[in-house]
Amino acid sequence: MTPPVTVLDLANVSKSFGALKVTDDVSFSVPKGQALGIIGPNGAGKSTLFNLITGNILADTGRVTFLDQDVTRTPAMTRVRMGVGRSFQIPQPFEGLTVFENLLTAAAFGQAKREAEVEAECAQILADTELLRRANDLAGSLSLLDRKRLEMARAMATGPELLLLDEIAGGLTEGECQALVATIQALHAKGTTIIWIEHVLHALTSVVERLLVLDFGKVIGIGAPDQIMASREVREIYLGLEV
Amino acid sequence: MQVTVTTRTRASTVAGFVALGLIALGLILPAFASRSLIQDLFFILTMLTLAQLWNLIAGYGGMVSVGQQAFVGIGAYAMFAGVILWGWDPVPAILLGGVAAFLLAIPMAFFAFRLQGAYFAIGTWVIAEVTRLVIAQWKTLGGGTGTSLPREATSDIIGVATIAELFGLRDAAARDVLAYWLALALAVGTMAAIYALLRSRNGLALTALRDNDNAARSVGVDAGRLKWLVFLAAAAMTGLVGALIYMQTARISPDAAFSVTSWTAYVIFIVVIGGIGRLEGPIVGVLVFWGLQTAFSDYGSWYLLALGLIAIAVMLFAPRGLWGLFASRTGIALFPVQRRLVTSGLVTGQPNTQREEVT
Repeated sequence: MTPPVTVLDLANVSKSFGALKVTDDVSFSVPKGQALGIIGPNGAGKSTLFNLITGNILADTGRVTFLDQDVTRTPAMTRVRMGVGRSFQIPQPFEGLTVFENLLTAAAFGQAKREAEVEAECAQILADTELLRRANDLAGSLSLLDRKRLEMARAMATGPELLLLDEIAGGLTEGECQALVATIQALHAKGTTIIWIEHVLHALTSVVERLLVLDFGKVIGIGAPDQIMASREVREIYLGLEV
Repeated sequence: MQVTVTTRTRASTVAGFVALGLIALGLILPAFASRSLIQDLFFILTMLTLAQLWNLIAGYGGMVSVGQQAFVGIGAYAMFAGVILWGWDPVPAILLGGVAAFLLAIPMAFFAFRLQGAYFAIGTWVIAEVTRLVIAQWKTLGGGTGTSLPREATSDIIGVATIAELFGLRDAAARDVLAYWLALALAVGTMAAIYALLRSRNGLALTALRDNDNAARSVGVDAGRLKWLVFLAAAAMTGLVGALIYMQTARISPDAAFSVTSWTAYVIFIVVIGGIGRLEGPIVGVLVFWGLQTAFSDYGSWYLLALGLIAIAVMLFAPRGLWGLFASRTGIALFPVQRRLVTSGLVTGQPNTQREEVT
């Protein structure tokens, strides 16, 4: 059997909160191994779109397909086990557990394995994300950068086929940001499919092959980053340029 | 990279031996201890078990129930029903208490799990009160005024005659010894089971769930299933303890058996004073509580006021309890659950080429 070429496919997905349509007829698909960036002004519905993909929110209409399986009504927990890993915009570590235990939990449950089977893998992810020195510290004691790293490391530990990163570079210094980008690039080079929401554009464009622009819940552009950034509509809406 | 994961500490090895020694001492204690000491230990052991169970659901599971008295009460009443209505021996009838509490926990969880935080606490309390009111209508078990275990049932409880003969005790004292041994077994069994749970994969999930429900679900933790599991298991065990307590007193009333003060407020006090979210906490807490109770309970309401003030003081100045304070100063954990990662030959940032060497 050949592996599915399309990892994720959204077809006419919509979601409303009351009268507010936060996701409006969104369709796109992500081929295996691609890194897709999502940009858009605040309130454009980026995080909601993420939640629809992870299953934290269920779509009103439309269809979400992951690895050729319809997951539109599948709960978040099951989607993680299928291979949808995510980080949160505001880091949400398990503060009472150590950094290593945070990963153990994610790996043991995300991959439905015994602890002993994932210990080495977790240690390796900690090494890759430069968290090994903090492995036995409580997650609640971490700095912002380390919390962001932990967000990503924990998502990686679930063994994702598709990794969703939500503003992972926000709030970091330039140096910290570069370190994080290097980690993401390394991960991408290994073949992990990535969808990344980010305001820090240069970080985003140094990794992704394709950009999707969201405004008022609608997709207003999708394509190669330079092409998208050159588009007049995008510049108007997203960058707020006077035309 | 070689990877080892350990939870053991030197203190925990020592604690393991001390625990075994204490259990052995506890088993042979009735041979030379006074009846009042046995009764005090019965009180300490049953309160310790209740506190460990509450600590499990609240301290680890994040479910702050104020309705645990429902399980004590229903467990005790089920035991009485077994003895009075169906002629069971009180000891096997204790098991009925566990079953009844388990069955009550199902609808209770069904409703209470829809509520969060303070609403969950109040919801469980309300359900416990409703249960008390319903049980008070059970006329054959004494209704609102309660009833006693019949003399013929208490006089020939399984094992009592043997114990009386073995230690040369009167029947009443032998009953206390039997109850004490059962309390010891429940306390040790409960703590061993909780410790095993915390050391397992589900222990991680439970803590993760308490710290961040949303994130726990996002890494694949089946939050609903785990909460049900822990809540039901704790309820069944609480029911057993309730049945045992009332087998020992041999007299029951709805107000006493469903008392929020005796079976939940004191229990919360014990856990908070000792240290919530750690196994050592309730042990320290129950000793402090027993000391206070012995010394000051004659002062009535003043005693209760003092307990409240002490609880407030501990929450303000040592929010992780007396054991928490001690542990944070010394780093000692008698029952460690933390998985510590030890790596060697590590090159940070390099891909792992020696995964097969993992120990």
